[in-house]
Amino acid sequence: MKPLTEVKIGKLTLKNPVLTASGTFGYGLEYSQFLDLNLLGGIIIKGLSLNPKEGNPPPRIYETPCGMLNSIGLQNIGLNAFVKEKLPILKRFDTKIIVNFFGENLDEYIELAGKLDATDGIHALEMNVSCPNKKSEWRKMGLNPELLKKAVREVRRVTKKTLIIKLSPQVTDIEEMAKVCEEEGADALSLINTIPAMVIDIKTRKSIIGNPIGGLSGPAIRPIAVRMVWEASKAVEIPIIGIGGITSAEDALQFLIAGARAFAVGTANFINPLCSIEVIEGIERFLIEEGIKDINEIIGTFQQ
Amino acid sequence: MNKIFKGQIIKNQAFAENVYLISLNLSSRIDAKPGQFFILRVNDRFDPLLGRPFSVFDLEDNKLSFLYRVKGKGTKILSNLPEGEKIQITGPFGKWYPFPKDDYVVIAGGIGIASVFYLMKKFPKKAYLFYGAREKSEILFFEKLKELANYIYISTECGSADYKGIVTEAFKEKGMHLNFPIYACGPMVMIKELKNLLKNKKEIPCFVAVEERMACGLGACLGCVIETKDGLKRVCTEGPVFPINDLKL
Repeated sequence: MKPLTEVKIGKLTLKNPVLTASGTFGYGLEYSQFLDLNLLGGIIIKGLSLNPKEGNPPPRIYETPCGMLNSIGLQNIGLNAFVKEKLPILKRFDTKIIVNFFGENLDEYIELAGKLDATDGIHALEMNVSCPNKKSEWRKMGLNPELLKKAVREVRRVTKKTLIIKLSPQVTDIEEMAKVCEEEGADALSLINTIPAMVIDIKTRKSIIGNPIGGLSGPAIRPIAVRMVWEASKAVEIPIIGIGGITSAEDALQFLIAGARAFAVGTANFINPLCSIEVIEGIERFLIEEGIKDINEIIGTFQQ
Repeated sequence: MNKIFKGQIIKNQAFAENVYLISLNLSSRIDAKPGQFFILRVNDRFDPLLGRPFSVFDLEDNKLSFLYRVKGKGTKILSNLPEGEKIQITGPFGKWYPFPKDDYVVIAGGIGIASVFYLMKKFPKKAYLFYGAREKSEILFFEKLKELANYIYISTECGSADYKGIVTEAFKEKGMHLNFPIYACGPMVMIKELKNLLKNKKEIPCFVAVEERMACGLGACLGCVIETKDGLKRVCTEGPVFPINDLKL
């Protein structure tokens, strides 16, 4: 018998816990030529801002051992173009559309969250409080519990949709950040975002990418992500979406066992466009082999 | 329709120092146009993490070939893969060279020949080929190119061929009078020189294939952008072939 794979994230019911991480799956449609988007639990859309954003100067990426560094700089087409050009097509798919969003300041976060709340076809909001590529006074919001508290509270006021806060790994105490979000009414957390990192060209003595610092992603960061998901899940009751270097069902299962209720495949989408689907199939096989009838039985079962 | 499939290596052999030709047998017939590219994963692990993009060098039914230079970790591993090995291939991706209607000029620098060979194969006996390399041993497929091109003019920096110097200088001397569309691929310095040469001949269309570090190849990661007169454009999607005057060099 096929095991049950439904999980609940806030007000959302996902048909399975497999999402695609923001920034690694475009607006979803880029991948529809490779895979059936209907098979996914949900798609987390590339970070949107109120207005289009051109992003950082090239070169923007560099491969590192089992990972990659990026400084895309949150390039995106902006809310209006997304709603007009992408969303009508995305609506045809039977999957949850989660929009990652950010602003240059808190007012923009609030305005954008309000507009996303009012837009049909968007099932949940993922608030970016932690992108290392963002340049503004609020870029450290994810690192400062007071700023984070204020920001989550204000954004929570303007949306009834499921609100997910995407946390930065760049903190000493992830539990504190998780608790702040929970206290202010966030429905769920997603972690981790990329880890700020550098690669230097020794000849030019400059960064190998267009900015001194980029975000490190890929399998290289996975053990850190699993650890942080475990720590956060002990601190809060709200569900957690695990993100960081997932390439296979085995990788994803670690996140579930650590306490994540869902997870997102990120960088691996770039390398194998079918990765998310292979993860779904692999997890179903694992559950059958282990005699587990419902995926929820495995969540948070880490043994100390 | 882009696809993801497995290719079985039929041949993977050195053609010159650090230059290899890999031919793969695909399970089904595919279509790709000159200038388009595919991404090859050199193993099933995630180290190296990313696949490597290569222009289609040749395609016949199910047999797909790439000419590549060993430059780093990924191409080094690729060059060591034995016959029979199966690897993941995605593609074709990107914009192709607009098809020439009649005679045309091709300018290739070094490994840039990889991108224009298939164009000359698809549109044979019409190309005025200017092909340059550092030395004669790096001029590849000379006999085949002689068959494909209408005219061929070879330049080497050491002077062991038709012309001593870089390929843009050779073109300046022997090709500037030709009023045919130009297709070019080579190092960025060559593209810059060419743009400079053509600044008073804007009526001649010139298409160049460029490269940039790339992750997904399908337009999602936004990692491979370059500067154009209309802002940043993705090499994988709006390129890799661009009109030369669109590029900010």
